Amino acid sequence: MTDRYTTHEYDVLIIGAGGAGLRAAIEAASMGDSVGVVCKSLLGKAHTVMAEGGMAASMGNVDDRDNWKVHFADTMRGGQYLNNCMMAEHHAKEAASCVHELESWGALFDRTKEGKILQRNFGGHKYPRLAHVGDRTGLEMIRTLQDHGIHHGIDFHMEVTVTNLLIDGNKVVGAFAYEREKGRFILFKAKAIVIATGGFGRAFKITSNSWEYTGDGQTLAYDAGADLLDMEFVQFHPTGMVWPPSVRGILVTEGVRGEGGILTNSEGKRFMFEDVPPLYRSSTADNEEEGWRYVTGDKDANRPPELLTRDHVARKIVKEVKAGRGSEHGGAYLDIAWIKEKIKDSETHIKKKLPSMYHQFKELAGVDITKEKMEVGPTTHYAMGGIRVDSETQMTTVEGLFACGECAAGLHGANRLGGNSLSDLLVFGKRAGAHAAKFATAIDTFSAIDSKEVDSLVTQALAPVDRTEGENPYKIQQDLQETMQDLAGISRSEAGLNEAMEHIRGYAKRAENAHAPGNREYNPGWHTALDLHNLLTVSEAMCLSAEQRTESRGGHFREEYPEKSKEGSTYNTVVRKAKDGSMEVERVPVVPQTDEMKQIIEANE
Amino acid sequence: MAQVTFNIWRGEGNNGSFKEYTTEVSEGMVVLDAVHEIQIEQAPDLGVRWNCKAGKCGSCSAEINGMPKLMCMTRLSSLDLEKPVTVEPMKAFPLVKDLVTDVSWNYEAKMAIKPFKPRKPDAPDGTWRMAQEDVERAQEFRKCIECFLCQDVCHVLRDHHEHDKYIGPAMLVKAAAFEMHPLDVENRIPDLKNEHGIGFCNITKCCTKVCPEHITITDNAIIPLKESVVDEFYDPLTKLFRIFKSKK
Repeated sequence: MTDRYTTHEYDVLIIGAGGAGLRAAIEAASMGDSVGVVCKSLLGKAHTVMAEGGMAASMGNVDDRDNWKVHFADTMRGGQYLNNCMMAEHHAKEAASCVHELESWGALFDRTKEGKILQRNFGGHKYPRLAHVGDRTGLEMIRTLQDHGIHHGIDFHMEVTVTNLLIDGNKVVGAFAYEREKGRFILFKAKAIVIATGGFGRAFKITSNSWEYTGDGQTLAYDAGADLLDMEFVQFHPTGMVWPPSVRGILVTEGVRGEGGILTNSEGKRFMFEDVPPLYRSSTADNEEEGWRYVTGDKDANRPPELLTRDHVARKIVKEVKAGRGSEHGGAYLDIAWIKEKIKDSETHIKKKLPSMYHQFKELAGVDITKEKMEVGPTTHYAMGGIRVDSETQMTTVEGLFACGECAAGLHGANRLGGNSLSDLLVFGKRAGAHAAKFATAIDTFSAIDSKEVDSLVTQALAPVDRTEGENPYKIQQDLQETMQDLAGISRSEAGLNEAMEHIRGYAKRAENAHAPGNREYNPGWHTALDLHNLLTVSEAMCLSAEQRTESRGGHFREEYPEKSKEGSTYNTVVRKAKDGSMEVERVPVVPQTDEMKQIIEANE
Repeated sequence: MAQVTFNIWRGEGNNGSFKEYTTEVSEGMVVLDAVHEIQIEQAPDLGVRWNCKAGKCGSCSAEINGMPKLMCMTRLSSLDLEKPVTVEPMKAFPLVKDLVTDVSWNYEAKMAIKPFKPRKPDAPDGTWRMAQEDVERAQEFRKCIECFLCQDVCHVLRDHHEHDKYIGPAMLVKAAAFEMHPLDVENRIPDLKNEHGIGFCNITKCCTKVCPEHITITDNAIIPLKESVVDEFYDPLTKLFRIFKSKK
């Protein structure tokens, strides 16, 4: 029954077409391998397009005291030292050349007076470090990679979703997918596969992520036998829109605070000056005046507390709301309009520095940010955890299977610094592409794939449309989102996590009976039904990992254990599929720092 | 809360018709929210493309009450809700299903534009120097989110179906982004005239009006490109002048 699907063969198959996937594809294609890229949406629409603030690279164009060592130390401190230090070193060392490479492919960054790439301040970065284009850096990045990549002989499979990986022993040999337009199936035979599918924000109700981010890559890897790492660490970005309800969760760039935006409560108080964490006390401004001097480039000033790490700022906002000092619609006020006290023609300045924020608030909330305050609150934004990879090659614990970008874990530890994501995509996309290509080149022929196995995958995928009745898949997704938001979100407890896992098991039963009316052609109900397995898998992994970490650190906060524990800094959490098919959790020691790294961190306290 | 009626195009290929749906709407909702509500409650197989829901990815292009718009950026409060709101797919491209069209032609048209080619680096470390003013000129075109609404409204494509001869305003914006890039040394002017059909544009400016990114497509992208074509092909004095002042 081979007519049930078509077959393509590639040396390297890339799953995902955001920054990491495209960068990996370009690298693999440049090395002479045949490359196919699978995009869940149209090319150029992946979530990278939403990144606003910029990409971190210690070029030192604005402050020449910056170098890779400071960037490395900042990244480790931000990640509360659970980062894979080897990855953090590669990232800090290679980010600048990746930014320059992107410029050579056509990216047009904002400039300094000397004509170099301009860099801006961001949370947790000691010096102005983010190369940017206004507040649409992600668009610049994905379009540059896309326009460069299309001339490399790469095949792009748009609106195609991979549902299963095919494994022979402990080696990946192919992927099974469906295309949206006609609902046809595709078998990809591949010598190496790179997963670059992004995160899983859709497991939560309030998120900055689009429909695509359902943990596909993490689940594909998990089902194939790979390890997942640090799944308890999810980043809740402190500033998502909170009103009107329909836009709740949409991101408000940290760039607003980088340009001098301040957070206030209903009493008009700038509450971030309270509770500055000990790790950051010496590098935080003592008063408002010093904070302003910092954002305007005074090298002797320390950063304002609004630019502390995202985990801290998010929790501070929640604390204000819980104390009854929230904004009108249950958030905090973010005010950039106030800078009119400091600079002439602030209106033009704000529109120029934050054009898409101006646009977004004007059109979606009817708020003019040059004159009025914004209302903001935490939104699920990013997964620090994900697929466990080798720090040199980006290979997972399954042979020939690589991962890079948000779906991979290690670089960011317990909390990611803003701006480190776009540079992550380039640095590790390039590395993953190169190592996947090298791995593929060493293999002579494509492995045989059992057609019976593929046939059973076809039958399995068709079940939701073949069923004549059953549950509405959208409702199951909504119920899961409510559960995760309430019980496994920004504040967690053992009882809540257990309850969440109980619910997840119930949703898994319901998902087995999900029914999508209509036919196979461009049927979003069917696609939602197929995504459920992924969302449920990552949700269970999040809860299990969060339950065993009995402390609070970075993006993970436990009500019963509000402080960091000593033990907590010594291990990372691994989740994998046990032989009996259940999910097992294990603690592994953190990757030890070299003596040089320890010195660098100490010198940059 | 109020009940609002939507007439949404349903169908595949050449077959289809408007279907009426009524749903609850609340303050601040955009058209895409209403479409999602209908999808969840009444029509799970309603085909619609979307991603960012914030006007940044350009996926949810459609025609709302006959106007090409992004569904995610069209607030219901901007529409007359006393009458049914019509939502239909873009007309310049073949229909796949419901609100989804086959926009693959745009990707092919882009492939035909010669890629970016930078001048030699300015500094020994392989980097370039550019003035902010020069960068800003091309940045306007790089705001394009590839929603293809300008292609949809262009009568050359929409009514005359000249897809084989004309790449359309979106791709002229792309060409302008490369041509006005401070580092670019490629010459796309002969292609614009001979292959990409820039002469088909008769400056009706409909594309500029529908651009959700407010790119001044006609005045800032297309007209300067047209002027370059005139300079290169039709002006003997300029041609002579150019021999002495070659593009750096």
